[in-house]
Amino acid sequence: MSIEKNEEFRPKIVAFCCNWCSYAGADLAGSSRMSYSADVKIIRVPCSCRVNPMFILRAFERGADGVIMCGCHPGDCHYTSGNFYARRRMTLLFSMLDYIGVENGRTRVEWVSAAEGAKFSQTMHEFVDKITSLGKNVRLEDLRCRN
Amino acid sequence: MQRIGVFVCHCGTNIAGTVDVKKVVEMAAHEPGVVHAEDYAYMCSEAGQEKIHKAIKEKKLTGLVVCSCSPRMHETTFRNAAEKAGLNPYMVEIANIREHCSWIHKDMEEATEKAVILMRAAVAKVNLDAPLKPGESKVTKRALVIGGGIAGIQTALDIAEAGYPVDIVEKTPSIGGRMSQLDKTFPTLDCSSCILTPKMGEVNAHPLINIYTYSEVESVAGFVGDFTVEIRKKARSVDMNKCTGCGLCQEKCPSKKSLSEFNRGLSTRSAIYTPFAQAVPNVPVIDRDACIKFKTGKCGICSKVCQAGAIDYDQKDEIITEKYGAIVVATGFDMIKLDRYDEYAYSQSKDVITSLELERIMNAAGPTGGHLERLSDGKAPKEIVFIQCVGSRCADDRGKSYCSKICCMYTAKHAMLIRDKYPDTNVTVFYIDVRTPGKNFDEFYRRAVEDYGVNYIKGQVGKVIPQPNGKLLVQGADLIDSKQILKEADMVVLAAAIEPNEGVRKIATMLTASIDTNNFLTEAHAKLRPVESPTAGIFLSGVCQGPKDIPETVSQAGAAAVKAIGLLAKDKLLTNPCTAHSDELLCNGCSQCANVCPYGAITYEDKEVNDHGIRETRRIAVVNDALCQGCGACTVTCPSGAMDLQGFSNRQILAEVDAICR
Ligand SMILES: Cc1cc2nc3c(=O)[nH]c(=O)nc-3n(C[C@H](O)[C@H](O)[C@H](O)COP(=O)(O)OP(=O)(O)OC[C@H]3O[C@@H](n4cnc5c(N)ncnc54)[C@H](O)[C@@H]3O)c2cc1C
Ligand code: SF4
Ligand code: SF4
Repeated sequence: MSIEKNEEFRPKIVAFCCNWCSYAGADLAGSSRMSYSADVKIIRVPCSCRVNPMFILRAFERGADGVIMCGCHPGDCHYTSGNFYARRRMTLLFSMLDYIGVENGRTRVEWVSAAEGAKFSQTMHEFVDKITSLGKNVRLEDLRCRN
Repeated sequence: MQRIGVFVCHCGTNIAGTVDVKKVVEMAAHEPGVVHAEDYAYMCSEAGQEKIHKAIKEKKLTGLVVCSCSPRMHETTFRNAAEKAGLNPYMVEIANIREHCSWIHKDMEEATEKAVILMRAAVAKVNLDAPLKPGESKVTKRALVIGGGIAGIQTALDIAEAGYPVDIVEKTPSIGGRMSQLDKTFPTLDCSSCILTPKMGEVNAHPLINIYTYSEVESVAGFVGDFTVEIRKKARSVDMNKCTGCGLCQEKCPSKKSLSEFNRGLSTRSAIYTPFAQAVPNVPVIDRDACIKFKTGKCGICSKVCQAGAIDYDQKDEIITEKYGAIVVATGFDMIKLDRYDEYAYSQSKDVITSLELERIMNAAGPTGGHLERLSDGKAPKEIVFIQCVGSRCADDRGKSYCSKICCMYTAKHAMLIRDKYPDTNVTVFYIDVRTPGKNFDEFYRRAVEDYGVNYIKGQVGKVIPQPNGKLLVQGADLIDSKQILKEADMVVLAAAIEPNEGVRKIATMLTASIDTNNFLTEAHAKLRPVESPTAGIFLSGVCQGPKDIPETVSQAGAAAVKAIGLLAKDKLLTNPCTAHSDELLCNGCSQCANVCPYGAITYEDKEVNDHGIRETRRIAVVNDALCQGCGACTVTCPSGAMDLQGFSNRQILAEVDAICR
């Protein structure tokens, strides 16, 4: 079976950004006018450790094609240790997701500081490209949730 | 059901230029709970806030969504506006359609579509918002300044003058910082120690200032208004209270071969030493690595000669624990290491020096007694070449991408001072650009060129080659005359880039203050909050925030002091009400949450609960609101889903996810 390649494919991407570093990094990308795809939508959380695996599962279930979580660099967490928990949780979750068919490329963790607007935009570019090449997520989508 | 008002800001054309704001308003009207939607040119203005006020009153709104700039910009503005109209300030959500949308997208249709989605997510979140009430916390009326350079000194003086006690923690044996190493200072050429020493004396004598030298911050706990800091006072081996500062010990100490840090390794010092004559405090320390008594157990001369009986070989490091309301970071800078710039022969020739080494050589208290001479043979140099931007404005990762800002000016200063004192010495400066923005700065540079005949060549130096005759062959390019230049010099001075002092990353981590890739501390807002860290209660002073000269450092130091005073002057602070709470009926008292809480905010209590008619006593997690900082770690760890975070609840975030993926 060959998968039909749809030129018009616009991925749905959810980005969880911690308030102190990555959300601020995204703000800096904005004020420096460093563009990235409009397919990325950001949800602000206090810390990357607030990201419950449940949120990520829900996003895939609702038809997201990729989910990225951004936090402060390891060691620079505003709450000292939050991103270490997040890192461990995500490593486990992502390998489990991969196991059930949501490829590793659809999930990503990136550390972006408040001063790294360029890195934020660059990361989003890469991630959108990756998801676009992977195509639509069909593995976890709950069709009952489709509009 | 909430009654939500959606307010879409144009931000002039910043938003309206790329986002069809009318469309966003139109779409908002269809969202659940939305009973009012309007747009306005500047929502944050008086008139914009007036509109919000009016709508809250007239439409009896219970929640607001403002589609505007980042919440980091105006969340507080809109919360205050809501509160004024009698609405709980935490019933406000911001859809960031500027930084995260209009500013980064060009296509109107695409940007509008995204703005609508962001608006929907915010509406979904407000629908689940509940009124929150901030708690109160106390403010400890004492400030800590980390770093005793001119920045730290000035900040401490200003805070103390306002009537608040200040502690300075300085790593080295004396306060003073880099400025104490400088000879003369641009743009007026007054002597550095003549203007610094009185200030050092003033801090030392100030009844509200306490100086911990030879000390470092060991740990920081707590939060704005209530930090608990451990300070390690390293063993000085000299009793501060007994020592009279006579200096006899330093004279008699037989171990005299240690390199003087103060003179940048260009001279030696004894094992027991004060870094420089005007050191504050004027109490020596014993360098235990160099001291014969510590190495072999023999000697003890200093103790014998000390009339005051101040020498104490058994002194131990002391940990002092103190509470502070505000912390100012003033850890300053160092010059970069030059091992990656071997082409300038810095490690091969003693006559290739850095500008800071030149400051010491020109200084009367320096290694050569203030005589300009070659370190290799002690001869007076007749031909000196300065190379600017060594490691600054560097495109590759050998050096720093930024401009070190001070080098153009201090090089002009050095050139001028040399030409003034040694008129028969030729001075050539290789530069990429000469940057002189600052009061009387360009005039200063022009004096160097016009009045002192300094030869400025626009171009870079490719190589410095030490010659058998002891001279240095400088190979460079003159970009204006587009020709190669070969120059034999007696001395080459490198204006090396500056970088934040090592150890600042450790400090930033302890303070959870953000830091950029170059290790400069990040300000809360590059333009509007330049002396505050994004972490509340932490302020930035001096070069630790970015390269600057003394006048700029002093102004910033004053500004940081004012911000700290503003905090210390408050009796109470409102705490963030977005804290965690555990559901009594769901919690099974498993203790997992307490293990991940970085603030020790969670304890367990035996509580009587009524679970569907069954009354029993259960062990239940209880969060202390005053300690919880709202990170959310516990909420994800909780296996029974009992722990949730107010303001960022599971249901709210899921609703946002749903809205985005709709
Ligand atoms: C060669 C040269 C020439 C210059 N000439 C001029 C001039 O002519 N005119 C002018 O206006 N400016 C000049 N400057 C710039 C000037 O030196 C700086 O602007 C000024 O020293 C900055 O002060 P500061 O307090 O921010 O940093 P610093 O002077 O570096 O002071 C920082 C202090 O913090 C301490 N510290 C560091 N880390 C810690 C820690 N972890 N814990 C505790 N303490 C710590 C350090 O020991 C130091 O005492 C020159 C600079 C150089 C390099
Ligand atoms: S005991 Fe150590 S510091 Fe004292 S004189 Fe001897 S070598 Fe110097
Ligand atoms: S939210 Fe963070 S700070 Fe608050 S109780 Fe939970 S783990 Fe502790």
